[in-house]
Amino acid sequence: MLVSVRDTDWDGVRLHVVSGKGGTGKTTVAAALALALASNGRPVLLMEVEGRQGIAQVFDVAPLPYEERRVAVAPADHDRPGGDVFALAVDPQSALIEYLEMFYNLRQAGRALTRLGVLDFATTIAPGLSDVLLTGKAAEAARRKSGGSQVYGAVVMDAPPTGRISRFLNVSSEVSGLAKVGPIRGHADTVRSVIASPQTVVHFVSLLEEMPVQETLDGIAELQEVGNGGIRPGGIVVNMMREAELAGSKGPGRASLGSKTRDTHALEMALKAAGLGDDQGLAADLADELADEARTARSQRALRRQLGEAGQPCYELPLITDGIDLAALYRLAQALREQGAA
Amino acid sequence: MSTTPAPLVIDQLIDDRRTRIIVCCGSGGVGKTTLAAAVGLRAAERGRHVVVLTVDPARRLAQSMGLTSLDNTPRPVTGVRTGGTQRSGSMHAMMLDMKRTFDEIVESHADPDRAAQILANPFYQSLSSSFAGTQEYMAMEKLGQLRRADEWDLIVVDTPPSRSALDFLDAPQRLGRFLDGRLLRLLVAPAKLGGRTGLKVLNASFGMVTGVVTKIIGSQLLRDVQTFVSAMDTMFGGFRERAEYTYRLLRAPGTAFLVIAAPEPDALREASYFVERLERDGMPLGGLILNRVHRSPAARLSAARSLAAAEMLQGLKDSESSALGIAALRLHAERMRQAESERRLARRFTAAHPLVPVAQVPAQPDDVHDLNGLRLIGAAFEAN
Repeated sequence: MLVSVRDTDWDGVRLHVVSGKGGTGKTTVAAALALALASNGRPVLLMEVEGRQGIAQVFDVAPLPYEERRVAVAPADHDRPGGDVFALAVDPQSALIEYLEMFYNLRQAGRALTRLGVLDFATTIAPGLSDVLLTGKAAEAARRKSGGSQVYGAVVMDAPPTGRISRFLNVSSEVSGLAKVGPIRGHADTVRSVIASPQTVVHFVSLLEEMPVQETLDGIAELQEVGNGGIRPGGIVVNMMREAELAGSKGPGRASLGSKTRDTHALEMALKAAGLGDDQGLAADLADELADEARTARSQRALRRQLGEAGQPCYELPLITDGIDLAALYRLAQALREQGAA
Repeated sequence: MSTTPAPLVIDQLIDDRRTRIIVCCGSGGVGKTTLAAAVGLRAAERGRHVVVLTVDPARRLAQSMGLTSLDNTPRPVTGVRTGGTQRSGSMHAMMLDMKRTFDEIVESHADPDRAAQILANPFYQSLSSSFAGTQEYMAMEKLGQLRRADEWDLIVVDTPPSRSALDFLDAPQRLGRFLDGRLLRLLVAPAKLGGRTGLKVLNASFGMVTGVVTKIIGSQLLRDVQTFVSAMDTMFGGFRERAEYTYRLLRAPGTAFLVIAAPEPDALREASYFVERLERDGMPLGGLILNRVHRSPAARLSAARSLAAAEMLQGLKDSESSALGIAALRLHAERMRQAESERRLARRFTAAHPLVPVAQVPAQPDDVHDLNGLRLIGAAFEAN
């Protein structure tokens, strides 16, 4: 039996939901997390639910169908080979057809219903139905067994943005307007038990900017309110940090001597020593840059502190300036592993 | 192939009295709301009578514009510098309340009894507060209302934080189609189907269809939908008409779309899609705003020379000034590298869309939450 040799912050978690404000790099982080988890040797399913084909873009593969496809292999961890990362783009209609087929043997009917637009109608009109179908697919994959053992070591969901995440996961109240009894209701109850269990966590991707931080804190608070016992919050991933930010207390923002005149004077001496003394205004310009950085660093420290006060583990990921490719994802996955996220 | 785009001079756009609507769009997190506010303030301070329609502003930004609640009414923004007597402009701002806007449409189209009946319908309530696309639809509806009111000579719209920048163009029609849709009518009023040819197949399997729908969504909801549809019956044509009015408004010559992107691969890819879509639909594209661009006051010192100088200092005796010098030179090198990668991304965009004018707005060291911050952004709008 494979036993993880190292402790991570999320041992025992089967479903990782990744949310974040738009523009924070949610899909990239979800992909990196899937790779990091697969490094433990078990296959991982990475799924997206918003019809954007973001995963296909990140892994640079053709648009994903409604089918679990292998998109990458995690790097080996010492002598243990890495697990496969499978990807799936779920859409409510396909999930509904699959569901009807599973419970009513309605495959043919499903096609006719699609043609007539009935499924589109149902998933559009019924509040919460789409969400239940999407979260339901994640719950099913997380619990799926074959020959007595779990098919996937973990499932990672690239979920809707922070502003919508609580509602998305709040299966019980979502379907309150739907059938009081019957198959969807029963399905919803199963889904809820998976989402509300400690085997499911919701991670938040943030930047050190005011809006994303505020939304992250609001999102974590809202999770506690969902249903009866709340949903377990996961880690906070501070994404796209520049080198200067990652340097933290050793960063250039801290190097400033506190006044522009003093900085300029000291820089003039340093530039002269470095052979750049000819350029008269250079010291003042660099001092401006430093002062800018000091201001940014100050407000970012405050935001970082605010995130810390949420009491959840925080992980920091570097800014990738040259576009996301597989190598960049491996790098981010490695950073997540080193910090104990997987 | 040119990689130098035509400059987008926003001041020219807002000084042109024929510009009546500016739509700020782009993917989430690129600073749309802040830029919309900055464009509005700049235009007001240059003599226009402006209303800014925002959807989801950061609290402090909203407060800076005097918006303390989401009340769906344009509020005057105080602190706008209106300059001399010749050009005295004004600025209003409002936050969209989508449910309220929807309610108002219902109230204006139906007699009080019927309106009350619709507003109380559970299906209407979930439709008006959570239906995907309702926010986009209501933003466009509000835009139409503001334009018809004709109290302002410039309307600046901030588009909703959609999962994709294209949503707000499609959602209104989708919702209009849905409310107006044949299937909706068929499902709730099977009796009217009669002998219409082409629908016989559906008619034959109708029992099966309603059976499945009832299984999926439950009979209570189906009943709510039925009551809703019959109560709304007279309004349906109106929905499509209104959606079409706004769509025409967006294509009119007085409208300009500003596509906003951060100099990052994802945001620019989304901006590309958006530009292509606007062109295909014949929408008037003003240009691209590259927001939060990093610039250095010491750009004459390259990243490579800066790093080399830092290394040289490292070999010298440790002192306060050399430690500061190393930090400053390293920081500068990083800034230069970042600026270079941003320029590369911008060039790539322009190579694909050589005719789209581009404006650049420098990154601000702090988040913007007052009119002065907005003014600093606006300073980038002038010709240079």
